[in-house]
Amino acid sequence: MKLKISENKRFYTQAIRGKEFGTLPYVVSRICGTCSVAHLTCCTEAVEKAMGVEISEQTRLLRKLALYGLMIRDHAMHLYLFVMPDIMGKDSVLDFDESQHKLVHDAFKVKSVGNDLSKLIVGRAVHGIYSQVGGYTKVPTKDDARKMVKQLKGIRGEVIDLIEIMNDCDFKFERARNFVGLAPKDFSFLEGSIKSSSGVEIPEENYSDYLKRMIIPYSQATGFEFQRNEFMVGALARMNLNKQSLHRDTKKDVRKFLKAFPSSNVYHNNLAQAIEVLHSVDHSIEILQSRAFKQENKVEVKPKECEGVGVIEAPRGTLYYWLIFDKSGNAKYGNLVIPTAQNQVIMASDIKALVQGLIGEDKERIRMEIEKLIRAYDPCMSCATHFLKVNWV
Amino acid sequence: MQRLKVGIFSFTGDEGCVITFLEILNYKFFEWRDLVDIRYCKTLKSKNRMEGLDVAFVEGAISSEKEAKRVKEIRRNCRKLISIGSCAIDGSPSNHRNFFDKARMKEIRPVMKKFRHLKKVVPLKDIVKVDGEVPGCPMLEDAFVKCLEAELKEFGVV
Repeated sequence: MKLKISENKRFYTQAIRGKEFGTLPYVVSRICGTCSVAHLTCCTEAVEKAMGVEISEQTRLLRKLALYGLMIRDHAMHLYLFVMPDIMGKDSVLDFDESQHKLVHDAFKVKSVGNDLSKLIVGRAVHGIYSQVGGYTKVPTKDDARKMVKQLKGIRGEVIDLIEIMNDCDFKFERARNFVGLAPKDFSFLEGSIKSSSGVEIPEENYSDYLKRMIIPYSQATGFEFQRNEFMVGALARMNLNKQSLHRDTKKDVRKFLKAFPSSNVYHNNLAQAIEVLHSVDHSIEILQSRAFKQENKVEVKPKECEGVGVIEAPRGTLYYWLIFDKSGNAKYGNLVIPTAQNQVIMASDIKALVQGLIGEDKERIRMEIEKLIRAYDPCMSCATHFLKVNWV
Repeated sequence: MQRLKVGIFSFTGDEGCVITFLEILNYKFFEWRDLVDIRYCKTLKSKNRMEGLDVAFVEGAISSEKEAKRVKEIRRNCRKLISIGSCAIDGSPSNHRNFFDKARMKEIRPVMKKFRHLKKVVPLKDIVKVDGEVPGCPMLEDAFVKCLEAELKEFGVV
């Protein structure tokens, strides 16, 4: 069994060399249309850490909101458009009939609120424009914030319905594993130490040591190991490691579903994603209601020879940026570790275990089961959802 | 009334345009459902057909022999082919390697050879006839809506 991921190389590792620190976040935003906000934010953080830029409390909150907008939009897209057809036994959301009409409505309603939150904070849902090294060029007005809160409150019911559907789904694939992820105290995807279910906790100041050990230079989408073992990142990892840090309103409404965690059922990744949507809604409401944003002065950055690491949680798991700059502030080296690459090793062994259990079954059924399992991981690759070509040998 | 048969295809790029298309569906899905037959969109469905399309919307630049062959196949199967987004229109930003110096080219050569990459990353119009463009990185939402609605008229759907 071999999992071969074909993707067209754009050679970003080489392309970012020589790029000036201020423009670099916009260059890497184009690595991924799906989670461009994650690349933008993580790269900006790495630049700031390298250059010694202190960001304001307001900027930190706006970053959290930017990531919440991304999580709502991206998880909603994955759950409603890609996972829901599996649950409903349909090829796609386009084939949903009258009885599933509400779900289609919910899908686009929830997704668009995430989209609007991204637009409010970074200017666009894909390739944001307001975010820059040191801060934001535009901040939400009081009126914007009030309208956004209303929209967010308006989808809570739909999101709780979504959580129930994911909870009732009886798909199961269980195998013990190590989970790794950032565990922020407010579950904000932005900061905190890296934890693993095997008991490791790595503080911020050791990120770069840790990364150097993990990184395979100029790898061609090769996998990664944590403590020399396969591991899994993403919503399931975050929920297993840190569910106690979810927003209080979220915990209040989904307490009974949280009992499922910690879980080693890969399909619980989807339940975890749905719960993260609710958390993103609730914490965004709190931030937008409790804070008046004001335009801040642009932070002056003096380029110098330096290096820095940025780590955030992208929708699909931990994203690492390690950047080195020359004295004029141009990137000399950049190493990016993306979540899908980290999950590659364990995804391959899960498929192997799944297929072993299905030997003798119809080939079409095996193909569909493999696709379904891969979809639960929510991998980010060319046509993440419907891509499997099995070479039978 | 026959619906407009469309396909959405992705080549070398970050798929930001197809994501933008999915965002447009947030407010256009129910209006377009009776007018547009999405026959090919791998992001949305498993069972895809590319034969007999009215309009193929294509994102991404062409970077390998396989892609060049594939885009020609799409061209043969559609009446109109429209480039969506900057990569498809002029190759950028997926064409970083076109501007690499010798040292960088040397680094990437083994990968290029292995995956039969073309010497340069090229826009769609260098390989096939293109009938229209929706600009932006990612493509501009309003421009795409306008473009699709114009096609609905042109093909007599509305």
